[in-house]
Amino acid sequence: MLPEALNASLQEKISSAEHPRELVVDVMLDLQDHYGYLSDEALEAAASLLDLTPLEVEELATFYTFIYREPVGKYVIHVCDSVVCWMDGYESVQDHLCAKLGIKMGETTADGLFTLLPVCCIGYCDRSPAILINRNVYGPMTPEKLDDILEKLRTEAG
Amino acid sequence: MYPQVLFKNRKPDRIASMEEYRENGGYEAMANVLKNFSYKDVRKLMLDANLLGRGGAAFPAGRKVMTVADDAPFPRYLVCNADEMEPGTFKDRVLIHADPHMLIEGMIIEGYSARAEKGIIFIRPEYESAARILDREIEIAKAAGYLGKNILDSGYDFDIVVHRSGGRYICGEVTAQLKALEGKRPNPKQPPPYATEKGLWGQPTVIQNVETLVCIPHIIRNGAEWFRNLALTETGAGTKIFCVSGKVNRPGCYELPMGIRLSDIIETHAGGMREGAQFKACLPGGASTAFLTPEFYDIEMDFETLKKAGHRLGTGAIMVFDHKTCLVAATLNLTEFFARESCGWCTPCREGFPYLRDLLWRIESGQGQEEYVSTIKQMCHHLWNAYCAFAPGGIAPIESLLAYFKDEVEAHIREKRCPFK
Ligand SMILES: Cc1cc2nc3c(=O)[nH]c(=O)nc-3n(C[C@H](O)[C@H](O)[C@H](O)COP(=O)(O)O)c2cc1C
Ligand code: SF4
Ligand code: FES
Repeated sequence: MLPEALNASLQEKISSAEHPRELVVDVMLDLQDHYGYLSDEALEAAASLLDLTPLEVEELATFYTFIYREPVGKYVIHVCDSVVCWMDGYESVQDHLCAKLGIKMGETTADGLFTLLPVCCIGYCDRSPAILINRNVYGPMTPEKLDDILEKLRTEAG
Repeated sequence: MYPQVLFKNRKPDRIASMEEYRENGGYEAMANVLKNFSYKDVRKLMLDANLLGRGGAAFPAGRKVMTVADDAPFPRYLVCNADEMEPGTFKDRVLIHADPHMLIEGMIIEGYSARAEKGIIFIRPEYESAARILDREIEIAKAAGYLGKNILDSGYDFDIVVHRSGGRYICGEVTAQLKALEGKRPNPKQPPPYATEKGLWGQPTVIQNVETLVCIPHIIRNGAEWFRNLALTETGAGTKIFCVSGKVNRPGCYELPMGIRLSDIIETHAGGMREGAQFKACLPGGASTAFLTPEFYDIEMDFETLKKAGHRLGTGAIMVFDHKTCLVAATLNLTEFFARESCGWCTPCREGFPYLRDLLWRIESGQGQEEYVSTIKQMCHHLWNAYCAFAPGGIAPIESLLAYFKDEVEAHIREKRCPFK
């Protein structure tokens, strides 16, 4: 069940839209924020809110990079592996993160804190090698900076 | 120092506020247009200014809006393409972070010329900070009476909303973007009908890139001839935001006259090549353009001059490679991008890019065979028959690798290893 407040805010957004369907990505992102990922329950909630079939929502959920149909960590770290970051050594950023977190790309740490994913050029090539953490950009990255950031996030998560 | 038109209010660490924008003449063009111009006057001025689309395809903006017929139905839409997923490109982000009201004013004037009543900014999810800036500044513009009903008592109504994408490269392509906006799976759809006839929700829709739109207030203020004269070449018009990255000392966005020499951009503006690095090649306009070799180091960076040389200016995102960088490995990386971002709709593209990636990977890792070169060429040939412009763009680096850096490819195959490792 959706919490009352979230349900109300989504309903309000949807009722003020000219074409409710145009909000499907927004709704998926909001539900994902609440559930941690777009679970089956969240997908069905999105469909019923927007008067779509679950399949119509699924067609979109599986298309977009930033919609997660499987559980992810509290912090999703996207490592840019496109050409400018490649030139500036994204591989060492990726290796460092994998070693530090003890996981491979595509995996989530056992404590549920971090997920590592590759991503295409994020449009911050002037700060390469660049990464995103929950869609906030960091760069240029060095092993020391990565250590600091991970440390900070761990403290923040308690 | 060349004139800073689009970046004139740019600050090192924050956006220009609406007041600052206005102090430098902001919103005057809009007020003038709403009072003294017919929508046809605006269209004509854009055409005379030779304003070419900055999103990659260089289509004349004036001509595009003129395809919205006088008797076309209402409502009509204006979409601002801020998807900017072409690797190496970050100018639209910098423009929004520098001066969001320039985009808002550009959209109002462009909207007026199309007689559109709603503007939508389609923005990639990685640019959440830019999306928030726009959300906030749109409200400020509304409060000032620049957006909404009956703007400045002119009888013209126009509103802007920000639409966040879920993130896929193909959403930057016009027809895919329209589907994305309608909440449908964004596979491209070949025209006709064209968007200006039947676009968003089946209504006439004009789509322009951020950088194209921010030029418009300046054209209105200073005239078409002034705009054309900003360029150093006869064929060019306006300034261009070049995003320079790779092996240079000062990667970043530089506003320079259209037609400026590549060597000048790299040496004077981007701080020259990094210590110990020599210019080997660059991609002049994103990942969907071909490698430019040192032979073109002094080329004038303008849509027309590059076209004459068999190249494309694309988005003006210049990625610089040095003599120590393996271009087989670079092309492998670029091909990985296209393999991953292919929307999967048509077979040549869906199957072709993974296949090309595999062949390039084998060559790069010392497992290449001589016959791979002709297989790659043939495969690229098939990709010209894919459904949309994604695929011909994606093979541009591969075809130019084979054309200009054949020796490097052959060395990998002959020595059974990457000579750069
Ligand atoms: C695969 C593909 C991706 C594209 N991505 C973008 C983009 O991210 N931003 C953009 O402005 N144009 C992009 N374009 C170009 C648009 O289709 C369109 O030409 C442009 O937005 C029109 O605006 P303009 O004339 O002002 O450039 C892309 C084209 C293709 C084929
Ligand atoms: S060429 Fe590629 S991106 Fe374009 S429709 Fe075909 S599969 Fe999709
Ligand atoms: S290539 Fe990594 S941000 Fe552009």
